Amino acid sequence: MLATAVIMFREVLEASLIIAIVLGASRGIENRGRWVASGAALGLLGAAVVAMLANVASSEFSGNGQALLNAAILLGAVIMLTWHNVWMSAHGKQLSTEVKAVGADVESGQRPMAALLIITLVAVMREGSEAVLFLWAIATGGEQGTRMLMGGAGGVAAGILVGMLLYLGLLRIPTRHFFSVTSWLILFLAAGLAAQAAGFLNQVGLLPALGNGIWNTSGILSQNSLFGQFLHVLIGYIARPSGIQILFYVGTLMSIFLLMRTYGSNRRNTRR
Amino acid sequence: MRLLISLLAGAALLNNPVLAAGEPETTLVIDHQKFSPAQLYIPAASRTKIIIRNQDAVPVEFESYDLSREIVVPGHSETSIYVGPLEPGSYQFFNDFDHDMQGTVIVKPARGN
Repeated sequence: MLATAVIMFREVLEASLIIAIVLGASRGIENRGRWVASGAALGLLGAAVVAMLANVASSEFSGNGQALLNAAILLGAVIMLTWHNVWMSAHGKQLSTEVKAVGADVESGQRPMAALLIITLVAVMREGSEAVLFLWAIATGGEQGTRMLMGGAGGVAAGILVGMLLYLGLLRIPTRHFFSVTSWLILFLAAGLAAQAAGFLNQVGLLPALGNGIWNTSGILSQNSLFGQFLHVLIGYIARPSGIQILFYVGTLMSIFLLMRTYGSNRRNTRR
Repeated sequence: MRLLISLLAGAALLNNPVLAAGEPETTLVIDHQKFSPAQLYIPAASRTKIIIRNQDAVPVEFESYDLSREIVVPGHSETSIYVGPLEPGSYQFFNDFDHDMQGTVIVKPARGN
């Protein structure tokens, strides 16, 4: 029962942390709750579909298809996070003055609402499909089934709780620094997701590894530990990364940073 | 002989990284909630295809932090992944749906065998 709780906790944690960051970063944007909730609902639906497809065990899907789907949705999330951050770097200042004046609306440009929906959808769908498969496996596992499902529910609740704590923690950051903190969080989150995508593309043989285990810090901080997993989600910590993962990580980090600088500074210049 | 095979595999790899024919290949079987063999030997300095065959009814998530690999293998089915080229050493893997189910990929040096 405890083992089930721990596994479900781990599956839920990633989605929960990502949603917490996205909710924090979109603070002050009107109707964001509705968009994020729709994303979560669609993500659960998608998770069920993916789990069903995987169980049908059509060899095409269960093999490379699974890894390719994972890579595609991870890269989709990276693009959406980039859009969100670039938009924020242009409008963040305005947004943070309006967060102080509650109820005001932001009147500039196209808001990244679809980005909110898609990021949530992707986060829920990816981990959710694994959770569904896992629960299905234990539900068919015999007499222990009910107790294990209860453990699983406990794990889900704990995972959501940690996400809520992160969100509440973010809200305590002073408004003046708030959006720069969430922008940095999203920057590293996106880089980490890109590195994961590179791992999947290498797994199916579409990308070269460019060296496996460029360094190995699993002795210092195991990815298996709770803190290791926490850092894996938040900043993309990989204890034993391959060259291609490092390349994707650094490439994404620099691209988003440059885009943010470009759009952010353009705006500042036009104001002067 | 093994050196020759890995050299050939390396040459094939250079010609066609995706569909290299001469690559080493090995099979990992999941049976009665155990990985078999629990110690999977693969050669160094060559990309290796690992076929994961799940003979149980329940799905297994083959996962390895050391190898950065993660794939769900449904019940009664098989799938394949690529690993490497790897440095000699040992690389842990486990079933993310059942952490008591573990195994190790052991990479032997290409020479001296």
